[in-house]
Amino acid sequence: MAEVTPIRTAAEVALIERFEGLKNKLPGSGEIARGRDEAFALIAAAGLPNRRVEEWKYTDLRNAVREAAPLAERPADAAALVDKASAFAKADAVRLSFANGHFVAERSDLAALPAGIAVTPLAAALAEGHPLLAEMGKVAVAKGNFALALNSAFMMDGALIRVAAGTAVDKALHLRFVNGGASPFATAPRVVILVEDGASVTVHESHEGVGTAAYQANSVVEIVAGNGTTITHARLNAEQADAIALSTLAVTLGAKAKLTSLGAVTGGSLSRHQVFLAFAGEHSSLTLGGATMLRGRQHADTTLVVDHAVPHCDSRELFKTVIDGEATGVFQGKIIVRPDAQKTDGRMMSAALLLSETATMNNKPELEIFADDVQCAHGATCGQLDEDLLFYLTARGLPRAMAEALLVQAFLGEALELVEDEAVREELVARAEGWLGERA
Amino acid sequence: MLQINNLVVEIEGKRILNGLDLTVKAGEVAAIMGPNGSGKSTLSYVIAGKEEYEVLDGEILVDGENILELEPNERAARGVFLAFQYPLEIPGVSTMTFLKAIMNAQRKAREEAELTTPEFMKRVRAAAEKLHIDQEMLRRGLNVGFSGGEKKRMEILQMALLEPRFCILDETDSGLDIDALKIVAEGVNTLRDPARAFLVITHYQRLLNHIVPDTVHVMANGRIVRSGGKELALELEASGYADYREQAA
Repeated sequence: MAEVTPIRTAAEVALIERFEGLKNKLPGSGEIARGRDEAFALIAAAGLPNRRVEEWKYTDLRNAVREAAPLAERPADAAALVDKASAFAKADAVRLSFANGHFVAERSDLAALPAGIAVTPLAAALAEGHPLLAEMGKVAVAKGNFALALNSAFMMDGALIRVAAGTAVDKALHLRFVNGGASPFATAPRVVILVEDGASVTVHESHEGVGTAAYQANSVVEIVAGNGTTITHARLNAEQADAIALSTLAVTLGAKAKLTSLGAVTGGSLSRHQVFLAFAGEHSSLTLGGATMLRGRQHADTTLVVDHAVPHCDSRELFKTVIDGEATGVFQGKIIVRPDAQKTDGRMMSAALLLSETATMNNKPELEIFADDVQCAHGATCGQLDEDLLFYLTARGLPRAMAEALLVQAFLGEALELVEDEAVREELVARAEGWLGERA
Repeated sequence: MLQINNLVVEIEGKRILNGLDLTVKAGEVAAIMGPNGSGKSTLSYVIAGKEEYEVLDGEILVDGENILELEPNERAARGVFLAFQYPLEIPGVSTMTFLKAIMNAQRKAREEAELTTPEFMKRVRAAAEKLHIDQEMLRRGLNVGFSGGEKKRMEILQMALLEPRFCILDETDSGLDIDALKIVAEGVNTLRDPARAFLVITHYQRLLNHIVPDTVHVMANGRIVRSGGKELALELEASGYADYREQAA
């Protein structure tokens, strides 16, 4: 096959220039700097993913990203920016705040960390070559992914969190990402959470836009969970309406471990949330959920790759997408069952509710099964509100808008119920109600 | 209370109601009987305001006001209640949430204050007890996993709580065993009131042993073809609908 040199777009050219100009200023040297170069080499070679790349077929970044925004400096008013955030405020949590991707110590509860939890700002960890950084980037099915590679090349700050063996924390860890500025910027924060054997932890992650300029966010949260760990995770994308927001959750799950993760999406003009999960030990279970609400011309992509590499693990995926206006939803879910992963039980469901005639949903569930003694199923549905149900509700006296809202809430509720923390669940339900209340 | 004049209704180009006239007075329990396909359920849906039916002619007056242009919820607020033949399941909406939403929506439409939670709970408990509906059922998703009898009792519970002025029971006896039928009938009978009217739609006379009507109308080919007292139901039970089918044809 002939070698083809791709013609670079203006954004791609700018991205290369930015990396060359920044690489010596980004934190870390030695292995870390080499890692940045390797990650960026992938990006320089392939360019921005576009519709010809299978995994990005429905989310064409080359088309969407016309200009590569400069990497954000630490904002001078970082604390003030964080103070504009409101998400998950009622939940009992230890807060770690990030403004435009930079760790904000003065708005983080470092002094009040529960016993067994240690936090190092990522910029410091990178600069000192923290030994635990060796745990980064271990999820095989995430290797080569554009958003992850871009973050690996540019990661400027974030946090390295260690939850010591056997720790059981009653407070959640709240990763509070706040983005805002007067001119366009890009972010690349990374949070690495090492959960040692037998520990349990609740992680809440919020992403909010509070500024005026459009931005390009690209966050990565990595969780390396040991044996017998329990992790509950809830995530909110309430990014600014004109933001492009990429995000990745990469998880390695040890034996007899349990992870529940729910992602809610209301924000961003274009967003893509990726989950890469590798089962590394037997008898573990995973529950992934999603509740996405889109309107206007929003585009939101949820892409999962669940890698059953070992036997006796269960995975459940339940994703709900409600689409109004001219918005587009994307669900790509892949469950891989490796030859050794006998007795795998995997069930994936993506359901979309289209509230307008111009709404679009792209559903792509995939099973790749190489073992013979497994139970796997997937389903994808796409439909409108049931007119018979609406008649039933309106005939009982509910105005049409209320009847529609009740049915949409019920639709999303099944996913939102996965959130264990009551305050966070109630807030997500309230946000769904608020979203419905804004329907014209 | 209810007056229907020359109602002509089509669905997808097919004529279902063919110049139907019917009057039901306040305090009256009127039964409509008729063979399958005579248009009984269509009549109930058209009164309640289901969209897919096209009304070509006629009017439906409730207390003198033509309700044909009103939305289903506006009709409900004026006291029209349809107990469905096949009540729908709504997963994710707890029965309690649903009951509170519908009661308050109707109160709001009538410019009445919302019920306080204790008052709401008190009313639901009292009404549920009469219909042998336990608390566990009320916590579940509306009608989800309910038996046919439980669903029908839930319809009557809603009717009791909403206190409508004009109640339509569409084949409420279908799918009920005799015990469930008695509970449902008793629920309806306690709601009989000089200010309230009922339209009981049924294929069989059985239900009318328990909810004894004041008047019985026979429907065939989209029209009322015969009217009489409660003895007419017994006569139909003995002779069947064959005569009316022929008459219709």
